[in-house]
Amino acid sequence: MREFLAIATALILATGSLLTAAPSHAQSRGEIVIGVQCDRTGPTQIVGTVLCPAFHDYVALVNSKGGVEGFKLKALEIDHEYKVPPAVESYERHKKDGAVTMAIYGTPQIYALAAKLTEDRIPGTSPGFGSAAAADGVRYPYIFPIAATYWSQGAAAVDFVKKQLGGSLKGKKIAYIFYDNPAGREPIEVIEDLATKEGFQLKTFAVPPPGVEMGAQVLDIAQRFRADFVIGHLFGGAPSVSIKEFKRVGYPLRKVVSFVWGAAEANIDGAGGFAVAEGYFAMQFAGVGTDYPVLNEIREMYKKQGKEPPKEMASTVFYNRGVLIAALHVEAIRNALKAKPDGKITGVDTKAGFEKISNFTLGGLVPPLKISPTDHEGGGLVQIWQVKDGKFVKVTDWFAAYQDVVAKHIKESGAKK
Amino acid sequence: MRVEQGVIHRECGVLKTTYEADMGLYPLPIARWTVAAVAVLFFAVIPLTLHEYFLSVANLVWIAVIGALGLNILVGYTGQVSIGHGAFMSVGAYTAANLANRLGSPWPVNLVAGGLMAALIGAIVGIPSLRIKGLYLAIATLAGQLIIEWTINHVTFISGGVQASIEVARPRLGPMVLDSQRDMYYFLLVFVVLAIIGTMNLMRTRVGRAFIAIRDHDIAAEIIGINIFRYKLLAFAISSFYAGMTGVLYTYFLGIANYEQFQIGVSIDYLAMIIIGGLGSVLGSIFGAIFVTLLPIVIRYTMEAFGGVFFAQQTVLNLIPNLRLMMFGALIIFFLIVEPEGLNRLWRNIRSYFRVWPFAY
Repeated sequence: MREFLAIATALILATGSLLTAAPSHAQSRGEIVIGVQCDRTGPTQIVGTVLCPAFHDYVALVNSKGGVEGFKLKALEIDHEYKVPPAVESYERHKKDGAVTMAIYGTPQIYALAAKLTEDRIPGTSPGFGSAAAADGVRYPYIFPIAATYWSQGAAAVDFVKKQLGGSLKGKKIAYIFYDNPAGREPIEVIEDLATKEGFQLKTFAVPPPGVEMGAQVLDIAQRFRADFVIGHLFGGAPSVSIKEFKRVGYPLRKVVSFVWGAAEANIDGAGGFAVAEGYFAMQFAGVGTDYPVLNEIREMYKKQGKEPPKEMASTVFYNRGVLIAALHVEAIRNALKAKPDGKITGVDTKAGFEKISNFTLGGLVPPLKISPTDHEGGGLVQIWQVKDGKFVKVTDWFAAYQDVVAKHIKESGAKK
Repeated sequence: MRVEQGVIHRECGVLKTTYEADMGLYPLPIARWTVAAVAVLFFAVIPLTLHEYFLSVANLVWIAVIGALGLNILVGYTGQVSIGHGAFMSVGAYTAANLANRLGSPWPVNLVAGGLMAALIGAIVGIPSLRIKGLYLAIATLAGQLIIEWTINHVTFISGGVQASIEVARPRLGPMVLDSQRDMYYFLLVFVVLAIIGTMNLMRTRVGRAFIAIRDHDIAAEIIGINIFRYKLLAFAISSFYAGMTGVLYTYFLGIANYEQFQIGVSIDYLAMIIIGGLGSVLGSIFGAIFVTLLPIVIRYTMEAFGGVFFAQQTVLNLIPNLRLMMFGALIIFFLIVEPEGLNRLWRNIRSYFRVWPFAY
């Protein structure tokens, strides 16, 4: 019976710590709170373990330089394991702690929180995931994709393929290989429209989750369909598998362009390294590499504290995306504080702050976005990088394509509702 | 019904003289008072004093409680293993979302319709249970889960488009729109109470006894005249009805039906809840739902409070989620070793210890 008493005591202690721990997170004066959701332990941990430290590094950098308009920033992070209920809990916790913007992470999570964000008037960002229709700032006033949506990525990919194939797609064959989930299927309608417009033959190849088996699809693309170019939209470990499979059947990787979640160093390493993936094209919504002034400043900051720069910085694609997301949140807060210098800002002010972001490039790491009350995507800009001689090499500068077609789909999706 | 008059009187033996007394929901006066006190606590004290954040956590618990009760009817009371609970929730969710958006029907209709549709699909997925048992049945229901997931994912008539997510307006009660966490708290709590009372009473009826008989020995049950075919499918239907309701409530809670919220991981989570809480008990389902939902949060709070003492802030951020997973796993193993029959049994042991305290034999 003694053990039961021990357990009862333990439970009481645990509850006690819950109650005593709560006030320690209360918002102190002169601090602006950002809510950060993260997946460091779930199915997309290869992203989260790099992206989230980058977010904190950038916030620490801003604070080390005196903060924003005299106010310090505080980024509160909660890990949700890519599950929805913990994301709801962490949203409410951040709201309680006074967060004026939220960096949401994950497609199901941004869907689940969209209604709450709008009701509570707190802007939430969904860079590189979530619904493409959320670019419509009128319909989703508090959702900010702030990076190229899958529709814009699809349009940009087709444009890139067109240039690679000599300026015309008439009669060409393009294969679209995608992860068979809503995110994977989302761009199809845009690419189909472009197929009619540009006169190319499109064939789609679905890869069922968990995306580790795609030998048949790749063989079909390479030897039966004989695609002139491949557009890939895969997640998790699937991009690595696709690179290996294309290599195996002898399909040239310089005829493959991947969407943003198959574009990181981790994906290339998973396929066996940069030597294997030579020629592979990868789409990016943030700059790649270590050669940006802001990254030098972060390294300086660590050096001043007598520490080595974090090892996460080596994974530049995800790290730089984390910096991009943090920087855009900070800019939104800066714009809000400029409008209200007393520091009493709410989500409504940061929403307006996001909508004022324009030509903020952070030395080339961030595309020259132009976010407005109607366009929360900021133009749908991407860069294409190529695997060449053991690293990513920039092939194109920031560009967006077929924005009229994308706009038409956003409008249709709004009308359907 | 003959009831003793004392308020804090406790029985110290089996003193019942009628069947009614034996079957009573409140075996003792103190039980009645406990229920009244708990009701006051949950209907008045908690929602009126706590911050919205804590209510949002409570809301997640409520949703889990209803789902866990439903699964316990099937797994705990009838002995049929199911790994398809998440999919049945999605059936309810999409039924309600489609009805709400296409026909504009009010939420009570959608709630019942979502439950009934899930019950129908559940009964169909339950058909293999007539021939197979145990692990084999688990795999058959797993197939059900995957088929339902695939169907919702690919049939745009159900999923409302390639994004497979349908936005649903907040439930209304007359002129009131239930959108804050406090409104949702009451909204969900009503259904939690209904689900608890429903399950407790179900298990006192002929149907409930038939379920238990099938669980304990299906051949013996058949010999004493229980129609196995009917009752096994009925168990699947009732369990899925609860799941469907859970899905609808979840949809209204979030304001959206999205199939990624009901994937296989959710089914496993619910199985974990009833195994940790205690198979075949109402209180166990509640304990399990609370445990699985709250424990990660409690661990995180504890670590945030003490983690900074030992580690640098950046390290804590990386450490918390990983340590939380480890502690969560370790605590589950710990509790199951201390009491394999779950938290409910643990609770009963503690109670019976204090019942005779300080005069233990």
